[in-house]
Amino acid sequence: MSATGAGPNLALVVVVGVLVGCGVTLLLERSLTRILLGVVLLGNGVNLLILLGGRSGMAPVVGTAPTGDLSDALPQAMVLTAIVITFGLTAFLLAVSYRAWYLTGDDEVPDDLEDRQVRSQAARNEVATADLGGEGPDGDPEQVDPGPARRRRGDGER
Amino acid sequence: MNALVPLPVVVPLLGAALALLLARWPALQRTVSVACLTATLVVAVTLLVQAYRYGPVVVHVGGWPTPVGIVLVADQLAALMLVVSSAVTLCVLLYSIGQGQSETGESAPLTIFHPTYLVLTAGVTNAFLAGDLFNLFVGFEILLAASFVLITLGGTETRIRTGSTYVVVSILSSMLFLTAVGLVYAATGTLNMAQLTQRLDALPADVRLVLQLMLLLAFAIKAAVFPLSAWLPDSYPTAPAPVTAVFAGLLTKVGVYAIIRAETLLFPGGRADRILLVAAGLTMVVGILGAVAQSDMKRLFSFTLVSHIGYMIFGVALGTVAGLSGAIFYVVHHITIQTTLFLVAGLVEERAGSTDLRRLGGLARVAPLLGVLFFVPAMNLAGVPPFSGFLGKLGLLQAGVAAGGPLPGALVAAGTLTSLLTLYVASRVWNIAFWRAPRLATAEPVVRLPALMVGATVALVVLGLALTVVAGPLFDVTGDAAADLRDRRPYVRSVLPWLTP
Repeated sequence: MSATGAGPNLALVVVVGVLVGCGVTLLLERSLTRILLGVVLLGNGVNLLILLGGRSGMAPVVGTAPTGDLSDALPQAMVLTAIVITFGLTAFLLAVSYRAWYLTGDDEVPDDLEDRQVRSQAARNEVATADLGGEGPDGDPEQVDPGPARRRRGDGER
Repeated sequence: MNALVPLPVVVPLLGAALALLLARWPALQRTVSVACLTATLVVAVTLLVQAYRYGPVVVHVGGWPTPVGIVLVADQLAALMLVVSSAVTLCVLLYSIGQGQSETGESAPLTIFHPTYLVLTAGVTNAFLAGDLFNLFVGFEILLAASFVLITLGGTETRIRTGSTYVVVSILSSMLFLTAVGLVYAATGTLNMAQLTQRLDALPADVRLVLQLMLLLAFAIKAAVFPLSAWLPDSYPTAPAPVTAVFAGLLTKVGVYAIIRAETLLFPGGRADRILLVAAGLTMVVGILGAVAQSDMKRLFSFTLVSHIGYMIFGVALGTVAGLSGAIFYVVHHITIQTTLFLVAGLVEERAGSTDLRRLGGLARVAPLLGVLFFVPAMNLAGVPPFSGFLGKLGLLQAGVAAGGPLPGALVAAGTLTSLLTLYVASRVWNIAFWRAPRLATAEPVVRLPALMVGATVALVVLGLALTVVAGPLFDVTGDAAADLRDRRPYVRSVLPWLTP
């Protein structure tokens, strides 16, 4: 891409690598606050990566420098958008983790209850919901032969 | 006609702003939302007719020439998705209004519901219409941000627990998508999809493969394709019924739509097809086996949702016109049916107090209409003839057989097995919840279900049945769309007239 100007410089590439690496590590944690920090690092790493995709150079204003020396403005515009979006998502995640802490006293992401239940049932070799035909015809008089039979039985009892 | 293209995005967004201002007047707010979505539906139908007759409708936003500015494209696929999605969102909106009116509704929508819902719609339509990758990303972010609010609506403990999973997974997939976008730009110097078709073809095959896999990975998380699907059944069921319904119907399908675009427009005949086929087969089988093990109606439907995503991926991965056509038809069918089933689950919860199969029984006698409303879409989903589910699966399986070879053959077998297991799951729910002696999870006196809720569900059931009736013409449209997608030239020609080979 880069005809003139500096290409992607190594320091920036290393920074992207470190940010993304730390971000992913933090994302693997269970506590939402750490996940949040991971998202922040990861987001910044990715934003820098986008910036690397374009040509670097002078400020992209026509007339201030020869056209060939201008930097690529498009990745910069994209990064601005991406930063705003990352900021919004981070704010929401922060709100969620605060709410989780407010409600439960910690901000760990617990296991799903139903998953645990299904697993324990499987360990005990049980069926999730018994569908054994259940009551049979007698269990539910209305189902097979409605009306008359029941009324007669009722009469007899009286 | 071009002026119509931005409307499906702009109208809901402006409507959202207006609805936010009208937060104090709920009746007015509801009117605004319904009017906006109705207008979107009308525009979408017009666009579909246009796209079918005269080819893709394109608008250059701000009048900038194409590679510089952003472009919105309504080709047949996009327009068809717009029609189905706006019809479904409208029905779900009416349903949620009905739910707000019922006295038992514990999850009564707050004033924030309508604006957020409209923003969600705008995000979905923007993703469908986007003509460049970054705009697609922005569309995804709009709908994700709105969906975050909707899934944690009310902020109860359960919703925060499940919502945080959803939020983190979504953010991660967004980051992957953003990385892929950055890499595509670095490799090609453009993000316009029409221009990308040319520049990507010129890249070395291995670089293309990396870019393709990055994009597919991001989209597959959103579409809940098997190894990346575990987040969905954990996070969807706890949201309010209308929210779950619209998420299940639309959000995963936006991911599928993006996969279709990537696989046809950007990377045709890609080397990832075999991986996709394997993923499709695993998605089908693992998803439906998950559904067999569940004992809660909403979770069960979440697993069938995951499972049936596999059918669409199967069609896309085949890469033939017949496969694509079947996949698009299946997307249309599945949006309608899956949404309907979640709405019915919401009705069951409203009527019986729970969707837990262990606490339900005899609903068919207690609420016969509810029984019919469940039975028809459930059989439709399972693929019982003559419903559209059967036709969609038939189209896909025929395409698989026509493609030949061991892998498509295995996929055809997996598809048939999944269909049968879906039938088993559907009849299991029917046996347990709708037959047996009546047993309700609530001791409260019987409340009539709000007419609007039932009406909206009936409308969607009828829409699902109508898909069966118009399946012939619909298959013409999807076949046409698929042929255009395979050809690529109609799309490129309409966006970049001077670049056409």
